[in-house]
Amino acid sequence: MTHPLTSLTTPRLLMLCAVLALAACNNAAKYGGPGGAGGAGGSAVVAGSASDPRSPAYFQQTIGDRVLFQVDQSTLTPEAQQILNGQASWLMTNANFNAVIEGHADEQGTREYNLALGARRANAAREYLVSRGVAGNRLKVVSYGKERPIEICSEESCYAKNRRAVTVLASGLTG
Amino acid sequence: MIRHLACFLAALAGIAAPAALGAAPLRIEITEGVIEPLPFAVPDFVPASPAAAGMAAQIARVVAEDLTGTGLFREIPASAFISTVSDFDAPVQYADWKAINAQALITGSVAEAGGQLTVQFRVHDVFSGAELGNGLQFTGTSDGWRRMAHKVADAVYSRITGEGGYFDSRVVFVSETGPKDDRRKRLAVMDYDGANVQYLTDSASIVLAPRFSPTGDRVLYTSYESGFPRIYVLDIGRIERRILEENEGTMSFAPRFAPDGQTVVYSLTEGGNTDIYTLSIATGQRTRLTNAPSIETAPSYSPDGKRIVFESDRSGTQQLYIMPAGGGEPTRISFGQGRYGTPVWSPRGDMIAFTKQNEGRFHIGVMRTDGSEERLLTASFLDEGPTWAPNGRVIMFTRETQGAGGSASLYSVDITGRNLRPVRTPEGASDPSWSPLQN
Repeated sequence: MTHPLTSLTTPRLLMLCAVLALAACNNAAKYGGPGGAGGAGGSAVVAGSASDPRSPAYFQQTIGDRVLFQVDQSTLTPEAQQILNGQASWLMTNANFNAVIEGHADEQGTREYNLALGARRANAAREYLVSRGVAGNRLKVVSYGKERPIEICSEESCYAKNRRAVTVLASGLTG
Repeated sequence: MIRHLACFLAALAGIAAPAALGAAPLRIEITEGVIEPLPFAVPDFVPASPAAAGMAAQIARVVAEDLTGTGLFREIPASAFISTVSDFDAPVQYADWKAINAQALITGSVAEAGGQLTVQFRVHDVFSGAELGNGLQFTGTSDGWRRMAHKVADAVYSRITGEGGYFDSRVVFVSETGPKDDRRKRLAVMDYDGANVQYLTDSASIVLAPRFSPTGDRVLYTSYESGFPRIYVLDIGRIERRILEENEGTMSFAPRFAPDGQTVVYSLTEGGNTDIYTLSIATGQRTRLTNAPSIETAPSYSPDGKRIVFESDRSGTQQLYIMPAGGGEPTRISFGQGRYGTPVWSPRGDMIAFTKQNEGRFHIGVMRTDGSEERLLTASFLDEGPTWAPNGRVIMFTRETQGAGGSASLYSVDITGRNLRPVRTPEGASDPSWSPLQN
């Protein structure tokens, strides 16, 4: 499900969207990283260079597109708040981007509860970004519960990375 | 000569009052937990024409598999038979079946003409030397031969246990392929025993937790087709789906039908908070049932439609609660150690099945509706999502294995916990929902 998006606005991308009718396309084109692009996981190549502060790659890799959570918690740690501060600044500078915040849980939990827990996490990140000045109408949330782990072992080292909220950029074509 | 003697003995047994022979009645009490399964014999059914011979044998096999699958019955293999049954209407030589200790004997005949199948059968109480109930006849299409076998097995099961059957039923579930970090999911429906799998969606979007309607004609489920989890209703016959809840900025999931088949109870998440709502399929009217900052999800109606059991973490951890169907003050019913989720009301109304998490293990369990008599039926790395057989005596659920190569599959267990069995599916499988008995 992860397609390398090397070009942002070419007809080729639009055609890809039309053909696949992917969820992502309903919400404008996404620049997915691991855990992004419809939560499909894997490593997508995102646009631009990680050293160019205006590029999605910079947002994803240099600032950090995700924050992690403790077991069964949706409270933002100081580290998470720091990453979100960076995300908020970037989003305010790059007003042509919107974002979908994807909430995720580890596999230790029932499916429905983890969906609700992922929503809590995504919403915690969203509210923090809004509190830092990002307009609420630029930020959507979605929860994948335990459906899209990026690490697959059944140990805490993997679980810790799966309990996450990932801010996935989308060009603001359809807002 | 031997045959004559046997006939004579059988006739004698028939004349004498069966009870006078001192045989125990042919009866299984399911709730007692059967430790010694009841031995039965089911010779190949008698074909009315040579062309029906293959189907006659297959039907007898499915009847046998249904019965042994319950854990309540043990089949005596054909290699042990003394008698054969070559004429459905000839007197049964009970002594021959008694000699091999078959307590129940099931005989049948199969006639096929123009794509139509007629199956007749009788259940014999061997030790009483008499039929148990009257012979019955089912007719249907040849394509549906497995259903006819399931109907025979349901009748046998009912007569011997006094309970409703569950073999002529279907299961809708999520069929899974791919590794854990790229799992593809699509809806599928199959017979309860894993036969006749049919796919209902493709795997382009994540689909979760399908739930049968009370009449088995429709399925509610959650799909990410729109980019967000939303609830849909799917007509099984026409394979047509329709979105039910598409409010911008919300997610909806965990849908389940009310017994009226017209109302859906589900979870809706807005602003990170998840509560329980109902929706009228006909009018689209939405009603909020809970209003709390905690997570309220996994609602399930009582069979009379008057109450709803659900899970909430309002106490700090997931626990089970019951509230009136229109909303109102919930009563907590789970008080044991650990966390409780995914409650499902038994179709008999007497029990609630649930998933329990305790000390790093997952269990499927049952409790009475007031929370008493909690009993754990399974234990593993990850068991979840129970669904009840139509007779409320068996539960199917998802078991996911541990580690990087972990995968999901379906299991069934009876309510005594003694008969745990894997359910055959062509791929990985999760989130089963059992249909009512078919008509």
